Amino acid sequence: MGIEMKQLNCINCPLGCLLMVELTDGKVTKVTGNTCPRGESYAYQEMTDPQRMLTSTIHIEGGALPLLPVVSQKTLPKDRILDCAAALRGITVTAPVKAGDVVVTNILGLGIDILASRDMDKRQ
Amino acid sequence: MDEQWYDIIIVGGGPAGLSAAYSAWMQGAKKILVLERDREVGGILQQCIHNGFGLHHFKEELTGPGYAQRCYDLVKDKKEIEILVDTMVLNINNDKIVTAVSPKYGLIKIQGKTVILTMGCRERTRGAIRIPGYRPAGVFTAGAAQRMVNMEGYLPGKKIVILGSGDIGLIMARRMSLEGCKVQAVLEICPFSNGLTRNMVQCVYDYDIPLYLSHTITAIHGKDRVTGITAAKVDEHMKPISGTEFEIDCDTLLLSVGLIPENELSRELGLTMHPLTNGPIVDQHRETSIEGVFAAGNVVHVHDLVDFVSEEAEIAGKYAALKAMGKMEGNVTDVRVEAIDEVRTCVPQHIRIGKGETIRLFMRVRKPMKRVRLTVKSGVNMLFSKVLPVAKPSEMIAADIPAAKVNGHYTDWTVSVKEEEA
Repeated sequence: MGIEMKQLNCINCPLGCLLMVELTDGKVTKVTGNTCPRGESYAYQEMTDPQRMLTSTIHIEGGALPLLPVVSQKTLPKDRILDCAAALRGITVTAPVKAGDVVVTNILGLGIDILASRDMDKRQ
Repeated sequence: MDEQWYDIIIVGGGPAGLSAAYSAWMQGAKKILVLERDREVGGILQQCIHNGFGLHHFKEELTGPGYAQRCYDLVKDKKEIEILVDTMVLNINNDKIVTAVSPKYGLIKIQGKTVILTMGCRERTRGAIRIPGYRPAGVFTAGAAQRMVNMEGYLPGKKIVILGSGDIGLIMARRMSLEGCKVQAVLEICPFSNGLTRNMVQCVYDYDIPLYLSHTITAIHGKDRVTGITAAKVDEHMKPISGTEFEIDCDTLLLSVGLIPENELSRELGLTMHPLTNGPIVDQHRETSIEGVFAAGNVVHVHDLVDFVSEEAEIAGKYAALKAMGKMEGNVTDVRVEAIDEVRTCVPQHIRIGKGETIRLFMRVRKPMKRVRLTVKSGVNMLFSKVLPVAKPSEMIAADIPAAKVNGHYTDWTVSVKEEEA
């Protein structure tokens, strides 16, 4: 094994810092190139258990618009993102909804809720 | 809508318009009107359902609709701010009389002491990039497809090719993948991506979508519906290289080939425009070439971050309010700010130096570079100098010139970016 270097682009913000990650026997031992501490924790996370936010839409009954934009409360495991997106396609809620309302509890048993991204009033 | 006179009339209720309204209100303006042509305010953010907005401005990561909601919550219950939706502005004249139509009020004519233009931008269309072939169904701009998928509830197709690696194109590559579509390829005519790095990672690499740099589309196939495209490599002049063509199957082509500030109203009004930003020329307060007419956000120059749009709109809102209340500093010297070397554009294009204030300059460079020096000079006097590790056309650069450096420097300014000698 030994020491190995990997390059990663941090995705936390639009700066997109190029991170140099030093791996010793597969474990992250050093991170450079980051501008803020979030870059360092991103590198550790990405090397061990990559996570992503999920944003999508669900159907809304009686709303001003036919769709409600939604967002995961926290990041989800990267390899489950497509499964979660597919699960959301079957969901319908009823208007009105407020931004931050939970629209799906504990998606696919991953312990993360899905929240409304905006207010959606009833159709006038 | 019983009034005919306002302190400030704001044209466009997107993030720029809402931020300008809030800032003008904070400054003490009493009669503010926002005119929005869509059925609700929030502008393009309402269809940008992804996250990544607001880290600078609200110190929190928000989705597009979440950011719009924040902007709206700041203005919605203020009696000094009136918002009219479904209202299309037809004309603005030199006396700041705004003509608009709405289903509710019919034709309306109102006058502002000041006007703020916040119309945003729109997408370049297929016509603007001239791909030969039939005109089959299935060719959309990325933003039109985004509105269909995220707001109207339709899928434009199942097998997608995306031309252009602008941020909207990259975001749509992921969005279509999440909806179960197959994204066959993203093609980019430049030798580098035009989107933010984070979008390349999260939207293209994450979904194993092939990215072809220095490639374009030479033909679209299909008569009634798109059936595929021909792609080809391009040379350094961006001309397709004969013999490098290959075909990609698809039923849908999304175009993400750039944005154009929406300035029909500005041109009719006779504002002096900048040929490279495609927006009105403004000073540091975002006042245009016509006194009392301000502009902010993507109508001035296309931004990559909505946070900077809000920031710019707050400047415009503040000074439009001061102007309307007769509190604007009068004794100023007009100084030109010129973009030179690798700086393609710089906003503001001129400044009016008075008692002194910190001035933030926004720049875009011509090409991607590593290790560059950014300098701002007034004649031979150095006002600002900084080394940047990277500079890319897709990422706007901001530089603050402190008030102490601004004062007294009345010789025209030059803003330069040059690669540092190794």
